[in-house]
Amino acid sequence: MSTRTTSLATAVSLRGVTKRFAVRGGPALTALASVDLDVYPGEFVSLIGPSGCGKSTLLRIIGDLVPPTEGEVTVNGKPAHQARLDRDYGVVFQDPVLYDWRTVARNIALPLEMMGWDRERRARRVREMLELVELRGFEHHYPWQLSGGMQQRVSIARALSFSPALLLMDEPFGALDEMTRERLNMELLRIWERSGNTVIFVTHSIPEAVFLSTRVVVMSARPGRIAGIVEVDLPQPRTAETRVQPRFFELVTEVRRRLRAGGAGAAAEEGPSEQDLLVAGEGQAP
Amino acid sequence: MSTAQAEGARRAPLGWVARRRGAAARKVAVFILVLGALWGLWELARALGEASGLRLGAFEVNDRTMPHVHDMLRQFVQPSRRNGPLLIAVLLQAAAFTAKEAVVGFLIGATVGFVIGVLLSNFRLLERGLLPYIVASQTVPILAIAPMVVVWMGAGLFSVAVIAAYLTFFPVAINTLRGLRSADPRAHELMASYAADRWRVLWKLEIPASLPYLFTALRIAAPASVVGAIIGELPSSIQGGLAGAILNFNQYYVSNPPALWATNIVAALLGMAFFGAVVLLERLVVHRAPEHVA
Repeated sequence: MSTRTTSLATAVSLRGVTKRFAVRGGPALTALASVDLDVYPGEFVSLIGPSGCGKSTLLRIIGDLVPPTEGEVTVNGKPAHQARLDRDYGVVFQDPVLYDWRTVARNIALPLEMMGWDRERRARRVREMLELVELRGFEHHYPWQLSGGMQQRVSIARALSFSPALLLMDEPFGALDEMTRERLNMELLRIWERSGNTVIFVTHSIPEAVFLSTRVVVMSARPGRIAGIVEVDLPQPRTAETRVQPRFFELVTEVRRRLRAGGAGAAAEEGPSEQDLLVAGEGQAP
Repeated sequence: MSTAQAEGARRAPLGWVARRRGAAARKVAVFILVLGALWGLWELARALGEASGLRLGAFEVNDRTMPHVHDMLRQFVQPSRRNGPLLIAVLLQAAAFTAKEAVVGFLIGATVGFVIGVLLSNFRLLERGLLPYIVASQTVPILAIAPMVVVWMGAGLFSVAVIAAYLTFFPVAINTLRGLRSADPRAHELMASYAADRWRVLWKLEIPASLPYLFTALRIAAPASVVGAIIGELPSSIQGGLAGAILNFNQYYVSNPPALWATNIVAALLGMAFFGAVVLLERLVVHRAPEHVA
């Protein structure tokens, strides 16, 4: 049923992770307050919450792309920093962030080039990846010749190309239309089942979180913290049928209830957004 | 798969060559039309000025101030002096001479500008310390710099090239600096996730991202290097280039105005050729979304 293993080793372990941003001319803003979370190998964990709850920041802290102000982050049993240096994870952003000057094939090969793979091995892996995301025949296209959904598939192929055990996804389908999103949800699940990756997936869509995940971590805003965790006991593999099962709706309702209990309804909309803070991010609070 | 292909076919570069050929024909047509219109305007202004006897200060329309365009063109196939070679041959030789200096100057200036851009982008302290002086360097007139370069380096191709480079490096340095910083912050995060070192980030992300900016600067710098070379020839008293031709025909302007105009046309064409060469190179090097390639 669930692919969650009972192994004691965690894929990701967070202990007391706190993040404060310096705000010009004001008190520091606490984006995350003392977050504890364990993610086990093979899990598909979604982080959901209102904007400003720090879910993107949390994902970046796990990836060692921004440092936590306090707390400990362990990825594959080592500090997050070491895990980044060991290239233990692949990352997919909301925008595909493809390099305009590289063809689809060369975009997918980018991490492989960084890791010193030789040309032949790269070409072989790129072919496999194109197959995986169903983009054969597009290897010589440039990103701007593809639709948004296809670009995001290239981005996923790039993240998976070097077979990282952990996949960090920051609202990867947030900018896509509903139909493309549902199709890519299915594709992502198929890839996840086949590869056995651990996935941490940031989203603000409740049905998407429930449909994809083995566990949904519900976060509340200002300061961001975990308001509750919903175990998703829907049978695997998930299909189009999954979305119409009564249990699916129960779980969606449960997540919604927890979001509301966490104060999502009164989500603080004033103040700078999380994205603004990350981009401005140089001024770290002490 | 089939949906993916249908989705892609819409955007695939089908019929691209045919469309490209049509666009090229249109461009040539527009160029000829504009050229004809300018010619017409010039002659119209002449005719009106002559008919009305209009005077604006010292300016008066006549064969000296505004020679006929066909007189300028006819001048190309007249002897440059009694029993001498045709003017066109003299001017082409001068243009080739100046072009050589300008090319060397352009290459020096572009290289120096690019290196300065890379250094400033990597060392904030250097940017803060040096950028004001780099900007200040461009406020000193090149006419004041040129004689000093000749004093330091002696008259010759190299000193002229250095003077041309002085005009060239500035836009390249400024745009390189800007272009290197143009990459998406997410793309930097991506590089960080690959544990890329500074050198890799520069080589695989920042430099490719800067190319459209770099080429915008090179388009400005290429004709400027021709201007720089012509100005550089003056204090060196170099006779073989376009500066020599300009001085010479300026001296005899009263007796033969169209010759100087013809020389200016050749100088302008040389500048345009430099511009065109950069545009061609850009086509070969930069593969960006059409909206990025200005």
